[in-house]
Amino acid sequence: MELVYALAIGVLTGSGVWLILRPRTFQVIVGLALLSYAINLFIFCMGRLTVERPPIIRADGATDPLLYADPVPQALVLTAIVISFATTALFLVVMLAARGLTGTDHVDGKERDK
Amino acid sequence: MTPWAHLPALPIVLPLVTGAALLLFPESQRRVRESIALLSTLAQLAVALGLMWLTTDAVPHVWHQGIGVYPISAWPAPYGIVLVVDRLSALMVALSAILALPALLYSVARWERVGVHYLPLSQFLLMGLNGAFLTGDLFNLFVFFEVLLAASYGLMLHGSGPARVKAGLQYIVVNLVASLLFLTGLALIYGIAGTLNMADLSVRWSTIAATDRGLFDAGVAIMAIAFLVKAGTWPLNFWLPPAYAAAGAPVAAVFSIMTKVGVYAVLRLSVLLGDAAAPAPLAGEWLYYGGLATLVFGIVGLVGSQQLSRLIGFVVIVSSGTLLAAVGSGAQNLTAPALFYMVSSVLATGAFFMLNGMTERTRTGSVTDMADVAPMPAVSYRAFDIDEPGDSYSREEEVGVAIPAAMAFLGLAFVFCVLLVTGLPPLSGFVGKFALLSSIVQAMNTGELPPTSWALLVAVLAGGLAGLIALSRIGIRLFWSSTERTTPRLRFIEAGPVAFLLLLTMALTAYAGPMMNYLQSAAQTLHDPQMYIEAVLAQPAAAVGLP
Repeated sequence: MELVYALAIGVLTGSGVWLILRPRTFQVIVGLALLSYAINLFIFCMGRLTVERPPIIRADGATDPLLYADPVPQALVLTAIVISFATTALFLVVMLAARGLTGTDHVDGKERDK
Repeated sequence: MTPWAHLPALPIVLPLVTGAALLLFPESQRRVRESIALLSTLAQLAVALGLMWLTTDAVPHVWHQGIGVYPISAWPAPYGIVLVVDRLSALMVALSAILALPALLYSVARWERVGVHYLPLSQFLLMGLNGAFLTGDLFNLFVFFEVLLAASYGLMLHGSGPARVKAGLQYIVVNLVASLLFLTGLALIYGIAGTLNMADLSVRWSTIAATDRGLFDAGVAIMAIAFLVKAGTWPLNFWLPPAYAAAGAPVAAVFSIMTKVGVYAVLRLSVLLGDAAAPAPLAGEWLYYGGLATLVFGIVGLVGSQQLSRLIGFVVIVSSGTLLAAVGSGAQNLTAPALFYMVSSVLATGAFFMLNGMTERTRTGSVTDMADVAPMPAVSYRAFDIDEPGDSYSREEEVGVAIPAAMAFLGLAFVFCVLLVTGLPPLSGFVGKFALLSSIVQAMNTGELPPTSWALLVAVLAGGLAGLIALSRIGIRLFWSSTERTTPRLRFIEAGPVAFLLLLTMALTAYAGPMMNYLQSAAQTLHDPQMYIEAVLAQPAAAVGLP
């Protein structure tokens, strides 16, 4: 599972970085979205990858910490998802405004001289 | 429960509540909205000064050794999130309130009306700033960074127009990427150390197994990149001059403290993690050389800029570079003079940005024609019912009378700003720079700094010289070659804030002694991380007056 997980993060990050370095605003926003997915997955796995371990104390009151997953990364990733979602949405609006005002989707607001 | 106990939460709660409340009033109720925002900013200033007073051990039974810890919801650290007030963070909170007040007054004259939600956004920006200065938790630091960035995106684009949107777009992308790096670093740190509380981290990082140290250091370094982007370190600072030049005058004035958030974070963490036993990647030589490179980049930019607004952006970079080099040099006696320099330069650049907003009016021709001053599109003048700046000021009597001798005021204020940012006597810029330089020489004599530190000495002096050359050139163009200039009409509400900031720097010069004493003890508290750690981790709930 670790290998698949690491590969997924790697592919997302690689694609994201490549897209961010592209000159079109649409590519940049997709790159940002991919990067934020990769980082959300990364934060999540920092609580270690485990199965059948809930992050909430069970009703039978078992207190062995090995029975539970670390709840903190899950809380962190939730916050990170909300924040990156909101900022990406805001960037989308700015991107559309830039497209409307400059008439091009180049990040510099003008096409390079050809 | 003492009422003092909740004071540290107020700099965050006040702007949050005010910003949210302002959204309930329609834009048409301008007077009400402006009064609420003004009252809130005044209250924040009062709270910040109260915090500063408390940290001076004025009432020792409230806060031991001048460090106040506020466990949110009374969850003790390291399990709950804490706010920590020491002398440095109280000073930074006070500085942002002091800067926000004149910027707010200035914006009331015109800027507030060129778009929607200026006042709520500026309150949220203050919330983010105050939170970032006060928090004792790394993830919370990230959240407050995002709060202040989200507000700054809105403010950056306030007034719209192609230049602003273009600079804003790049500003947003750079900061989003920086935030993602911040998150990556946080995740690595949590994965290795198992905590995000700064004090707890400071205790635990030395016990990390040697095999994990590489990953931990990488995490801290990735996170530090986010701070350095904020601080405007070369080569991560190409976004800064266009963004600050394109932003509206009062917005840029408040932005001048935003780079200092990055410097503050670097300073705080480099002390908490920078144990001599094992160098953390935050401090050390590369930060010193990074600061030097920033300084040099700023100097080249200063000499090369043709526009006052861009030039002030480079002044901000120069001051960031000076601070980072001073922090990175590792000599502890540089901290207090560097802080003094920072206070003076933040006030000066704030005043300078607002002054620039007024001098742009001396140009003949409609402002909307000039691409380089980031004009608003004609439609936004019409949509928000504002007179174009070139036209007559028919709303004048509403917001105050035009002051006579406008050109004399502008010229004098310009000279004061130049003296401040270049560090010439007799204003506080000189005091700050002189204290910094003499501390460097002193540290070199005692062997605390290597002899190669003369490079910093030269760079700081060259920064002043380059600033003087570039600013005199622009000053001559602005005020003397006046054949094609019109005399602008100024209003008290716009000139007042600039005068207020300049008077503050004069007061800072006159009371440099007491201020320096405060900063010395701030630096002392800062460089004794044991005090910080004890205050945070050993704080029983009863001692802070909470149930």
